[in-house]
Parts: sequence; C-alpha cells; structure tokens
Amino acid sequence: MSQAPSETRTASQASRDARLRALAEFWYYFSENKGAVAGMIFVIIIVIAALGADWIAPYAPQTQFRDNILQPPFWQNGGSTAFLLGTDPIGRDILSRLIHGARLSLFVGCIVIVLSLTSGILLGITAGYIRGAYEVLLMRVMDVILAVPSLLMALVLVAILGPGLENAMIAIAVTFTPHFVRLTRARTLAEIKRDYVTASRVAGAGSIRLMATAILPNCMAPLIVQATLSFSSAILDAAALGFLGMGAQPPTPEWGTMLAEAREFITRAWWVVTFPGLAILLTVLAINLMGDGLRDALDPKMKRS
Amino acid sequence: MIRFILNKLALLVPTFLGITLVAFVFIRLLPGDPILLMAGERAVSPERYAMLAKQFGFDRPLLEQYWHYLSSLLQGDFGNSFVTKQPVTEEFFARFPATLELSLFAILLAVIIGLPAGIVAAVKRGSLFDHGLMGISLAGYSMPIFWWGLLLIMLFSGTLGWTPVSGRISVMYFFDTVTGFMTIDALLSGEKGAFSSALHHLVLPTVVLATIPMAVIARQTRSAMLEVLSEDYVRTARAKGLGPFRVVGLHALRNALITVVTVIGLQIGVLVAGAILTESIFSWPGIGKWMVDSIFRRDYQVVQGGLVLIAAAVMLVNLVVDFLYGLINPRIRHTG
Repeated sequence: MSQAPSETRTASQASRDARLRALAEFWYYFSENKGAVAGMIFVIIIVIAALGADWIAPYAPQTQFRDNILQPPFWQNGGSTAFLLGTDPIGRDILSRLIHGARLSLFVGCIVIVLSLTSGILLGITAGYIRGAYEVLLMRVMDVILAVPSLLMALVLVAILGPGLENAMIAIAVTFTPHFVRLTRARTLAEIKRDYVTASRVAGAGSIRLMATAILPNCMAPLIVQATLSFSSAILDAAALGFLGMGAQPPTPEWGTMLAEAREFITRAWWVVTFPGLAILLTVLAINLMGDGLRDALDPKMKRS
Repeated sequence: MIRFILNKLALLVPTFLGITLVAFVFIRLLPGDPILLMAGERAVSPERYAMLAKQFGFDRPLLEQYWHYLSSLLQGDFGNSFVTKQPVTEEFFARFPATLELSLFAILLAVIIGLPAGIVAAVKRGSLFDHGLMGISLAGYSMPIFWWGLLLIMLFSGTLGWTPVSGRISVMYFFDTVTGFMTIDALLSGEKGAFSSALHHLVLPTVVLATIPMAVIARQTRSAMLEVLSEDYVRTARAKGLGPFRVVGLHALRNALITVVTVIGLQIGVLVAGAILTESIFSWPGIGKWMVDSIFRRDYQVVQGGLVLIAAAVMLVNLVVDFLYGLINPRIRHTG
C-alpha cells in the first residue's frame, strides 16, 4: 500500500518525460525547416503587434489628421516620419490602422478555427462512431456545402445574416467545417478498428469516453495541420469579403475593407492600396510557411524522406 | 467505365437536391417578408399581398412549395430577376461565356507555366530553381488576388499604360455575339484591331485568376514527380539506358499526371471563387460580378437561381474531370 503513491509519481513522471521527448522531437523536425522558423518569427511579431496595438500603434486607428490628407510614406517627397507609411484619404495614419487590423485578422482566424474545428470534430467523430443513417445524412449535407464554391457560399450566407465582421466569420466557419468533418470521420473509421480501442471498450469505457480520450487524440495531428492552413484561408476569405463590402464595414480598420476604401485612389496614392494588401500577403504567407513546417514535423507519412 | 460514371452521377443527385433545398430555404431565411422580397415591392395592400402569396404559392404547405419549386427548376424555370424582370437563366447564359473564357485562359496559363516548372523543380531537386520556385509558389498560393489585381492595374494600366483597366473589349468595336467568347467573336468579325483589343483586355484578369491555380499546380506537380521518380520502374528505365527525356517525359510524367489532373479538377471551385473577385476588380461582365451585384441590389431571385446554376456547373465540370481521371488511371476505373 505504501508503495502506491511513489509508483504513480514515477508513472506520471514517465509520461511527462515522454511528452517532453515528443516535443523535443517535434522541435527538431520543425526547426530543420528554415522557412517554417522564419514564418513563426513573423507570426510572433504579428501577435505581439495585435496584442499591444493600443501601445505600439502611434495613433488611434480612427483619428483623422485633416491637415495631412493622403500624405505619402516618410521616404517619399512630402512624407514625414510622423506618419511612417503615410495617411489615407481622410488623414488617418495607415501604420496605426494596419497594426489594429492585425488584431482583427488574427481574431477572425482564431474564431473561425474554433468554430469550424469544434463543430467539425463533434460531427466527424460522432459520424464515424455512430454510423448508419446519421452518418449518411451528415456526409451528404457536407457534400452540399462543398459543392458550392466557398466564397460564393460565404457571400450567400452573409446575404442572409447581414454584412459585418461577425457574420462573415460565421459564414466562413460554415464553409470550412466540412473539411474538418471529413478528416475526423476518416481518422475515426481507421482508429476505431484498432486494438487499443477494443481494449478500452472491454475495460468498460463508455461511448463518450472512447470518443474523447481514445479516438480523438489520435485524430489530432492532421487536424492541427488542417487548422493552420485554414487559419490563413480564413484571414484571406475575411479580407475578400471585406473587399467586396460584405465583411467588416468602414471605418473598421480591417485589411480587406481598407483596400476597398482605397480602390478609387489607386492612380493617385499607391501607398493606400499597397500596404494593406502587403500586410495580408505577408501574414498569410508566414502562417502557411509555419503550416508546412508543422505538417512535416507532425505527420510522419508526409515527412520528407 | 460506364458503371464508374453512373456511380458518380448517382452520387450527384442527392447533392444537387441538397443545393436546391439550400436555395429554397435561402429566400425564406432572408431578413424581411419573403413574399415582398420575391415580389420586389415594399408596401402593398392586404389584397395585393394575398394575391402575391397565392401567386408564389406561399399559401400552400412547405413541402408542396418545395415540390413546386423543384419541378419548375427541372423545367428550366429559375424565376425572373426582380430588377430587370428577365428570366434568371437568360441572364446567366448571357454572362456565362465571359466567365468561361476567362477561366479557360486562366487554367491554360496555370498549366502551361505550372506544369513544366514543377517538373523541372522535381528533376533538379534542391537546386536554386527548386527553392526559388517553391518560395514563389507559396507566395502565389498565399496571394490575396483582389490586391494582386489592383497592383497589376496600378503598374500596367496606370504607370505603363499598356492595358485597359476594365471590360472585355474597347467600346469602339461592335459586332454580333456568335460564340460568346470575345476573342473568337473579334476574330470572326474581321474588324481590324478588335482581336488585339480583346486580348489586351483579357491579359491582366487572366494572370490574376491564374495565380493561385498556377502555384498549386507547380507545387503538386513537383511532389507527384518526386514520388514517381523514386519508383522502381523509373530506376529500371534508367538502368536500361533510356535518356533522361524519355525517362522523365514518358515513364514518370505519365504517372505523375494522374495526381496533376486531380489537382486541376480541384481548382474549379477555386476558379469560381477567384472569378468573383477578379470580375469585380476588372468589371468583367461574367457570372461572378453578376452574383455580387445581385446581392448588393437585393435581387434575391437571381442569387437563388445563380447559386443552383453555378453549383450545377461546378458539379458538371467535376464529373468531366472524374471521367478524364478514369481514362488516364485504369486502377480507378476498375475498382470504382
């Protein structure tokens, strides 16, 4: 009896060691990929900018400097270091708006992933576990969502819900969910036949416990990879909806919305058009680079030989 | 092979029904009274309201309403636009060739550049070209194309003045629509300069729309080729003394193509999404711009019909891709 506590301690220590080893191995593969590391550093910078936007941004995103309308970036004639990336048609500092926009874009990515990942896991794992008519019906519904091009589906959903950033996020999450459902279901179908699931069942584990603690952890690797790639797509899609006027509404400093507002100044002020798009491109690129590294490190089947 | 196609077709039926259900529910979920929405009117007298409800069948049970909707769809009746009062199908088919022409040129450009680039990158794996191409293609894959289009307009239409900003052809030219493809119609018209004008209008939208598919095709071709190049039969072909062109071109490429065709097929949805954005930027009079404009004009009958027609078109193209896939890959044909 007196030995039991020390035994559990060594057991928990062993599992912690195993986890640390797994993490070290993960980092070994991840850090081998230079692009992934560069992407991660850029993402960290964006996260810091987003979190500290109120302190880092020189001005508030909505402040209008009426005397400095359409001022070019500081290195051009007529620019000043007061507005590093210039000002927009109503005199707002572009750099400040971009930094505040980073917050919105990351927020969009997070919410969309949380919504689509949780609903995808719930639906996918139950489809693979319960099977029968429920599975067939669910997968047909997912087919329907997938049959309509995602941006069109999002546009139609926003038409029902009304334009705005929140509704855009919901619409994008709906178009992403089928991918997560399919992935989770496929993994569940493969895992459920394994011995450890049977063993767990024989040991008396209930359905929910089986799904949550036995099957789900083994579905996670591909889901994490898909989630990173979807994170960048969510940012792109939200910006596209904003650009079409169906996402965040002016004067929100959302990058796509900023581009839409800047369109008519395309011939007069290149900086108003260039910087918001550049911010989208670099952020999405960094996340995709990171996603590539994650895939190589997490998914042994796709590991470069 | 016929069974393979029939199987695929049978799978499409429930999906298509699902889409009609979505479209049917769509107009009933919109904020506002669906009867007034469908009539495109604001304030009406109770008598007129009752008449409209009867006309649209809103006084019937939902299931009957859906049945009626479905049967009129199958007879080709997608309703009339609130704004123009034209049949939705007529508007769709008037604009469809513009989108088709743009998409075909874009996918052609994407394949012409992406395929060889991916092959060379795989053969010269680890080289500067390989690394450069992978970098560029990842950037292309991450590109917000609506911004990319604006940048190109800024450079080529603004600074350089080489290309026009919007539309399909200069307003100077008038000729009858024969095929709906502006480039072909311009050639048929025989008007001097018309063809070149059409081409000039087509260049930038094509490049913008081709960007993402090109990046994806280059990346996927590379990885498919890498996989195939490490197969035993390629080594055998090399050992038999076949030249590199024969090994890569005949033995490896043919098998890598299976993956590549699938990838190209998967780009159809991407193309439609891209067409919505590209057409909006360049005022290209296709179905993408038509849908966006209709959403803004609250022309929901058009949105409803357009949704079904576009989804049907995408499903049809995917069926053709599946067919091609079965043709080049006998393994699928026999197990499917």
